[in-house]
Amino acid sequence: MADHRGRPSSPLAPPLTFRVIRAAFLTLLSGFVLLPVYVMVTSSLKPLQDVAGRFRWIPTGLTARPYIDIWHTVPLGRYFVNSLIVAGAATAASVVIAVFAAYAVSRHRFRGKRLFTVTVLSTQMFPGILFLLPLFLIFVNIGNATGIALYGSRGALILTYLTFSLPFSIWMLIGYFDSVPRDLDEAATVDGCGPLGALLRVVVPAAVPGIVAVAVYAFMTAWGEVLFASVMTNDTTRTLAVGLQGYSTQTDVYWNQIMAASLVVSIPVVAGFLLLQRYLVAGLTAGAVK
Amino acid sequence: MSTKSRVSRVSGTRPKSARPRRSHVPYLLLLPALLLELLIHLVPMAMGILMSFRGLTQFFIRDWSRAPWTGWANYELVLDVNRPVGEALLRSFLTTCLFTLLSVGLCWLLGTAAAVFMQESFRGRGLLRALFLVPYALPVYAAVITWAFMFQRDNGLVNHVLHDQLGLGGSGHTFWLLGDNSFWALLTVSVWKGWPFAFLIVTAALQNIPGELYEAAALDGAGIWQQISRITLPSVGAVNQVLVLVLFLWTFNDFNTPFVLFGKAAPEAADLISLHIYQSSFVTWNFGTGSAMSVLLLLFLLLATAGYLLVTTRGRRNGHG
Repeated sequence: MADHRGRPSSPLAPPLTFRVIRAAFLTLLSGFVLLPVYVMVTSSLKPLQDVAGRFRWIPTGLTARPYIDIWHTVPLGRYFVNSLIVAGAATAASVVIAVFAAYAVSRHRFRGKRLFTVTVLSTQMFPGILFLLPLFLIFVNIGNATGIALYGSRGALILTYLTFSLPFSIWMLIGYFDSVPRDLDEAATVDGCGPLGALLRVVVPAAVPGIVAVAVYAFMTAWGEVLFASVMTNDTTRTLAVGLQGYSTQTDVYWNQIMAASLVVSIPVVAGFLLLQRYLVAGLTAGAVK
Repeated sequence: MSTKSRVSRVSGTRPKSARPRRSHVPYLLLLPALLLELLIHLVPMAMGILMSFRGLTQFFIRDWSRAPWTGWANYELVLDVNRPVGEALLRSFLTTCLFTLLSVGLCWLLGTAAAVFMQESFRGRGLLRALFLVPYALPVYAAVITWAFMFQRDNGLVNHVLHDQLGLGGSGHTFWLLGDNSFWALLTVSVWKGWPFAFLIVTAALQNIPGELYEAAALDGAGIWQQISRITLPSVGAVNQVLVLVLFLWTFNDFNTPFVLFGKAAPEAADLISLHIYQSSFVTWNFGTGSAMSVLLLLFLLLATAGYLLVTTRGRRNGHG
């Protein structure tokens, strides 16, 4: 990222004291960050009697067994598929809806614009617990009244999760769309694209980094949510957030399998996030923090 | 619809950029977002407020509208600090305040320091930045379960290092997930998980500082510490206002971390308010008092946010004027 903004690398190296303090600080911080990652990786490769005993920095023996067992101890495959469906659908829907809403706010003047942005942003402040109880009752009651089983279904979870990422996504995309020159979509409108055409052919392609950033955020939000997943799912729709607790039975805690499963369910989001984090920083720079 | 709006647009005589667009198009574009916000956030919130005035126990779950009105009884119950329910709520509230203060402060400090130290390019910076974002990217439950494993009393890493390797704290192993120490365990996990967000935001903000500022300062003989204190830190002031607010709201409302770390029943010292309300609602199935607690929590957050915005905005204005 060779941009001309930010601090230029000066021809003179910073003074020694600065470099020593910087090195010490960043080393300590790296240790703090890496510690659980190290524990997760090494413990996932230990046999059960190793993780059941006193902690050891260096494993006595390595085994890939936990990575095979995790799929049998609990129906991890099913939880995985549920999480993929829920997070994938919530992300797709949330991005599309946020793009429309942000485009309206960025390009149109209308009555109630300020009210809309303030309301949407302030929902970010609501404690989840406040609408968990009523939402739970709404879904149960809709089910009783119409026979549509919303409570416990993936659909209810998808609807819920997509609203979690919506406020931040809209807010970030407004900033991003504002940075796309208006002349471009004005020209497209004059050339005969409708307002939707201008959005899809001009604004969206110019705002891809912002949209990617928003998608990453939405997916992570849905993939990691625990509170609603613990109340709103049943045996067949259970997601990873709740399913991972199944590795501790009343007699045994399969710590090596828990660590292996934690690692496996983390890899899709961590890899995706690290690959796309440039866009997130760029999106934040262009939109949110300007 | 599209023909009409296009005609009016093409025939408009005002300059393009200033042309107002009044049509129903924006409302159509907003409709899905609006409907969902209504369904999932605003209607349930209104319902929650109504529920807080009812005696909503497990007998009325199937049809909550039949629950009897009880007026302010739920509020009187949860606000009476001389009775167990109110006393527990107050204690949980104070614990959450202290926890939030420490966690937000530490997250902000670590995030800002790391972002400033990594502003100037050095070898391995890209790799380090990716590494620092790992706690933010990991799913909450995976990360917190690992910390729970490390905080175990008998076989955990933390006690192994403290007692066996450093010889601290005598021979008896410390409980980290029970009793008073659980507060510090929770704080550690919360900071570990939360500081990368501050790092991310401050890093993005620093990229908007024009390089010429530093060049000019360097020509004037300003050292690196002066550049940081005179240019870098003042430049992130505006971002800090939002960053601290967001961190505050997330931390204060945090449910996931204590829920995964301690299971459904958190020890008293780490009984954060969201978990406390969840406990009082779903364990006893008394949704009425749970709702009253939630409404009070929302009121507090609204007041705190408004007060914070008022004070910080005025402070910034005075500082500049």
